[in-house]
Formats: sequence, structure tokens, C-alpha cells
Amino acid sequence: MSNNPDFVKFDKVDKSYDGKVLVVKDLNLDIAEGEFITMLGPSGSGKTTCLMMLAGFETPTNGEIFLDKNPISNIPPHKRGIGMVFQNYALFPHMTVFENLAFPLKVRKINKDDIDKKVDKALSMVSLTGFENRMPGQLSGGQQQRVAVARALVFDPQVVLMDEPLGALDKNLRESMQYEIKHIHESIGVTVVYVTHDQSEALTMSNRIAVFNDGKVQQLSSPDKLYEEPVNSFVAEFIGENNTFAGEVTNFQKDQCKVKLSNGSEIIANPISVNSNGDKTTVSLRPERAIINTKNNMDNNFKGKIEEIIYHGDHTRVRIDLLGNKEFILKVPNSSSNLDIKMGNQINVSWNSHDARALDPK
Amino acid sequence: MSAELKQILTTDGIPLEISLKRAERKNKIKAFLLVAPLLFFLMITYIFPIGDMLMRSVDDKMVTNMLPNTFKSMENWDGTEMPSEEIFEAFYIDFQKLVEEKREGKLSTQLNYTKNGFKSIIKKLRRKSKTFEEGNYKEQIMAVHRRWADIDYWRAIKRHAPSYTTSKYLKGIDMYKNEEGKIVSVEEDRRIHRVLWLRTLEIAFFVTLLCFLMAYPIAYLLATIPMKYSNLLMICVLLPFWTSLLVRTASWMILLQQQGVVNDFFVMIGLVADDNRPEMMYNKTGTYVAMTQILLPFMVLPLYSVMKTISPSLMRAGKSLGGTPFVTFWKVYFPLTIPGIGAGCLLVFILAIGYYITPALVGGASGTLISNQIAFHMKSTLDWSFASAMGLMLLTGVLAIYWVYNKLVGIDNIKLG
Repeated sequence: MSNNPDFVKFDKVDKSYDGKVLVVKDLNLDIAEGEFITMLGPSGSGKTTCLMMLAGFETPTNGEIFLDKNPISNIPPHKRGIGMVFQNYALFPHMTVFENLAFPLKVRKINKDDIDKKVDKALSMVSLTGFENRMPGQLSGGQQQRVAVARALVFDPQVVLMDEPLGALDKNLRESMQYEIKHIHESIGVTVVYVTHDQSEALTMSNRIAVFNDGKVQQLSSPDKLYEEPVNSFVAEFIGENNTFAGEVTNFQKDQCKVKLSNGSEIIANPISVNSNGDKTTVSLRPERAIINTKNNMDNNFKGKIEEIIYHGDHTRVRIDLLGNKEFILKVPNSSSNLDIKMGNQINVSWNSHDARALDPK
Repeated sequence: MSAELKQILTTDGIPLEISLKRAERKNKIKAFLLVAPLLFFLMITYIFPIGDMLMRSVDDKMVTNMLPNTFKSMENWDGTEMPSEEIFEAFYIDFQKLVEEKREGKLSTQLNYTKNGFKSIIKKLRRKSKTFEEGNYKEQIMAVHRRWADIDYWRAIKRHAPSYTTSKYLKGIDMYKNEEGKIVSVEEDRRIHRVLWLRTLEIAFFVTLLCFLMAYPIAYLLATIPMKYSNLLMICVLLPFWTSLLVRTASWMILLQQQGVVNDFFVMIGLVADDNRPEMMYNKTGTYVAMTQILLPFMVLPLYSVMKTISPSLMRAGKSLGGTPFVTFWKVYFPLTIPGIGAGCLLVFILAIGYYITPALVGGASGTLISNQIAFHMKSTLDWSFASAMGLMLLTGVLAIYWVYNKLVGIDNIKLG
């Protein structure tokens, strides 16, 4: 399937709208054929601009984009053969579902029988067979979304771009659509470039995620790596929950270091982006990697005072004052062994130094 | 389920519908009182006068009341030969009464609208009738002027017998009821109204077309460029709208006249010779130019308000799906602007068809419209019933266009903003 590792290639792409601020800075990104890649980032991070440049609605200020080895900056959008699903679906309101789907085929002068066949196939793919003669206004949000997806796929494009396609749907529908889009991608093997600011959406659907911030790709890796091994504190903060300690490296070794915190205590951490003693650092630790009252041997063991308990059903979130950090969050599974969690109690918190990643200072 | 619908009662046992009506009555009265002053004002200043004018267009009681005896004796006269002595006598009695009341002038005006030549012979009859002897009125009247011996003039009088008449409407389309009571057209060289109607339709049609062709790109630009430019452009569109109609028309007169700015410019760049300046005013050209410019905002605004609601992502979607910019425009954008086109065209056409000041000032003889003819009859000939007949015909025409439009496009599809 993924026989071409740089099917879509951003090569040193810069983009500026006003000649003063760079919205996208020196973007280098290779997307493999058949890959599902997500551009994730807060609003204004340049992810949608990248998508628009790929679709052809914006031109790079500098650099070049290659599609299957061919530069495409001078090719107008309608000749690129890239399907796109828009945030507000952008279905043509004066055409029926059938006419919407037939539009890309008609402009390609495909004969009528083939159009019927392809539209049928596309509609059955999104399980909307029988809706051919409805107008988009008569469909629910989820159905409109499916029509938009079907329309972007019906002309067999090489690449499909999706610009926050699920943003307007409610939570349950959004989740079921995530799976649906993922399954469609798996069954037809098209290359998908997906833009979202919803991290859980990105983690569920993608082969790889490019985290954008401030016009740059902060990290490009698979969802699990992104979550488990963030390379800088922005990614650690942006993806999932995160406990942080700010401090200074005191005992630097190759695979372990000691970090002195502002209240004087020292913790052992995994050096990721620190190089020598005296470096400022932010240590990042996922809430679920810190364990209370464990009998296992772990190299970080501290006592903390329970400040707040929030009940979440299957688990309980506990806020602890630990090593001067009053916002330290623990996720405690809802099991009978953890019934002694009470406000104001002192508890033992432990974690492995490998899970505490010493990243760049914020 | 039982076939009978069970009446729903409120908690207190009153039927729900009655209870609801009671609760809403107060609000209804309040709402009516709020609009009552305006309603009253409109009734007095608008609906009542218009109704009165419309009645005038068919009202012919004035002559009926002036010649009661004549019409009574004419009941059995079939108009094939000269009226009998009895009719002449009745006419003489009626006429004497009118002379006593000094109302014979009004009679002559009314009869003259129907047939030219009545004015002078009625004047003459008044003078001569003072010396009439009793009896044998037929010969005495016929001797006053040879027209009194012409059967056509007596037929014309008889046509005034009914209290209501359609003659004004027929006159509006250059037709009349002839002596045999058939509806026929007037002689070809006297058909002035039909030409005017056709010219009015033609000018309204082409002004609408010109406005559409010019307004569409402007509206598109307005709807798509960034806010800071579109606001400025919008003011440019609206500025003439806020200027008095007379001022705008007058400035066109300055621009278009033979010694005017446009002609001077043409001469300067050598397009036309100084002694051969084209006439751009007091003809159709002037009417077209000025009316198109003046009515342009009425086309731009509905188009703009519709285009503003069309999401730019639709055009992008069309392009990303492989449509060339033109195909995308034609298949996606244009169909979505049809409500605006309909509203704009209907508005401009209806305004143009009844336009008065501009054609009156820059139209000259070949550029005037039916409304100028209506004004002419209101102010100069004082034939108000004819003027209101033509006004009603114009109104009917506009309503007919509205009806056709509703059938073709649907009035719900109209968007004025």
C-alpha cells in the first residue's frame, strides 16, 4: 500500500499573508501514499493554511509542494485531482444528493452509465443508498457530512483533504463518524490529510500526527509515540493531560538525570532535551503513570496532601499538593483498594524515572 | 381511536380554544391600536383617493346627469337615421337648463373628449338658442351648424347615456366603440398610445437588462472583497441613492447635452467632429443612460444581499471537485443568485415602467413613457378620468408581471436583503 514514502512532499514551504508575519515557517513534511496523516494544533497554528496550499487555494510564499514528485504550485485547484471535505460540508444547496455527487464526474465528461454506477458505489460506501433525490437541506448534519465525504471520494482522487469535517457534529455522532471515516480510509487506501484541533480525534484516526504550533511542526509521529514520548513541552501539554515540574538539571547522565525543583527537593527524570548540568527544564509526567501506595519498587517516591477529589465514575481524579506543585493530578481507578482517599490525607505517590521526561523549559 | 375528537378542556373546565382566544384578545387589541393611526392615515391619504381616482376612470355620470331628458327620449333611437323632433326638443330643454346654470361649458369639454368639434358648435348653439322660436327645434338646431345635422355627433352624445363607460380604457389602447357599437382601432396615424405602451415596455426591459449586466459584477465584487474595501465601494453605490433624483437627472443633462461634458470630451479626443456632435439627450439614448444609472442601486442591493449569504467554500468545493472556474461559477454560483436576480429585475422593471421625472426631463419626444402621458392628461387636458384609466392599466400590467414572475420563479424565492 504505502509504496511511495513521499507521495506528498512539502519542501521548505513558507507562507505569509501580509509580508510581515510568517504563518507557516520552513515546513518540511513527507506524506506516504495511502497514509492517514493528521495536522493537529491550536487555531492559528498554520495547519489549515497548509491544507489550503495543498488544495491550491493559497500559494506558498516560498518553497514548493510536490504531488507524486511533480511540483504543483502552478497547477490550479481544479486540475490537481485532490478531493476535499470542508468544515461546513459545502454541499451545493440547489442540487440533489445525486447531482452533488455527479458534479465532479460530469465535469470530467464521464458517460452517464458510469456516473450512475460510481455514485451508487459512493453512496453505499457511506450507507446513504436511497437518498439520491434528497436536497442537502433535508438531511441531518451527520448525513450531510457523509455526502460530503462521498463527494470527495467519488472521482477517485489521489489525495483527500479534510478540514475539521466533524467540527459541527455533536459528540456521539462525531465519534461514530470518526470510525466510519477511518474504515473508509482502510478499505479504499486513499491518502488522507486531515486537519483538526481535537486531539482525541487525531489520536483515534491517524497513522501519523503532525502537531503544529506557531507555524512549525513540533512533532511528527504515530499517535502512541506522540502521547508516550512527546519531544517538547508544547506537545506534552497539548496532547493529553500532563503534570509538570520546573527545575534545573543537577546530575546529568546519559539515560538519567536529577532535577532540583524550586522547593529544594530532587527528582530523578529521563533526559530528553537537556544536555548538561545547570540546564533549565520542565519535567513532564502523565497522570496515569504516577501510582499511589504501591508496593512495587519505583525510583521516585514522595508524600503529598490531597487537595481535591473529583468523581468521574470509572476513575477518580485527585488533586495533590506535591513537591510545591498544587496542581498535581492523579487518576485513581475506582477499585476497593483505593477507598481510603479522603480530603487532607497524606498519601504516597511513586513513579518510574523513565516516565518523567525532562523537556525544554516552558 | 374514536372518530369524535374529544374537546380539550383547561384545568378550570373551559374549552381550550376559547380560553386561548381570551388570553390572546388583549394582545390583538393592543396590536391593532398600535397600527391604527397609520391605518387611518393611509385610508385617508392613500386608499380613499386612489379608489376615487379609479372610480373616475369608469364614471360617466356627469353627462348623464346634465342631459336627463335627452337620454330618456333617446332610449328607443337606434342611431340609423337622424333623431326625431322629440329628441331635439328634449335636448333643447336640457341645454336651456344648463345655460341658465352656466354649465354648458363642462358639457362641451366632456363631449369634446369623445368627439372633436363639439366645443365650437355648443358655443354657437348657446348664442343662437337665445333667439329660438317655440316648436320645430330640429330644424332650428340643425340650422345652427352643419355638424348638428351630422348623425355622428348625435351618436357620440348617445354613447354618454350609460352611467359607466369603458371608453377611457379603449382610448388608452387607441380603440373606440364605433357607431355600430363595435370595438375598433382608430386610424393608423392617430394611434399614439399603443406606441407609448410598447416604448415603455421596451425601455423598461432594456433598462432592466442593462442594470443587470452592470450590477452583477459590482455586487459580486462587493460580496467577495475584504470588508474595508467593500464598505467604501458600498458607499460609492449608495451615494447616488442618497442624492435627489432631480439633482441626478439634472447632472445627466449637463453631461449629455450637445455642448455638454461628454460631447466636449468626444470632440477633444477626436471621436466626433465639432460640427457633428451626436444628440445624446431628448431622445431614447438619454432616457436609457439616465434611468440605468438611477435604477442601478435597486439591482445591486438585492444581488449583494443574496451573494453575501453564499459561502465562499462552495466555489472552492466546486474547484476542488474539478470544475473550471467558469463551470463552477455557472453551475454552482449563478443558480444560487437567481433569487437576487429575480428580486432585482422585478424591482427595476416595475420602477422603470412607471418612471416619470427622468424621461420627462431628458427623454424629449421619442424618450417619454406612458407615465408622462398620464401626467399630461392630469395637468394639461384635465381629462382625469382618462389619466386614471391609464394609471389603472399600468397598475394591472405591473400586477400581471408580478403574477407571471410568481408562476415562473415563485415569489418566496425573492430576497430583498
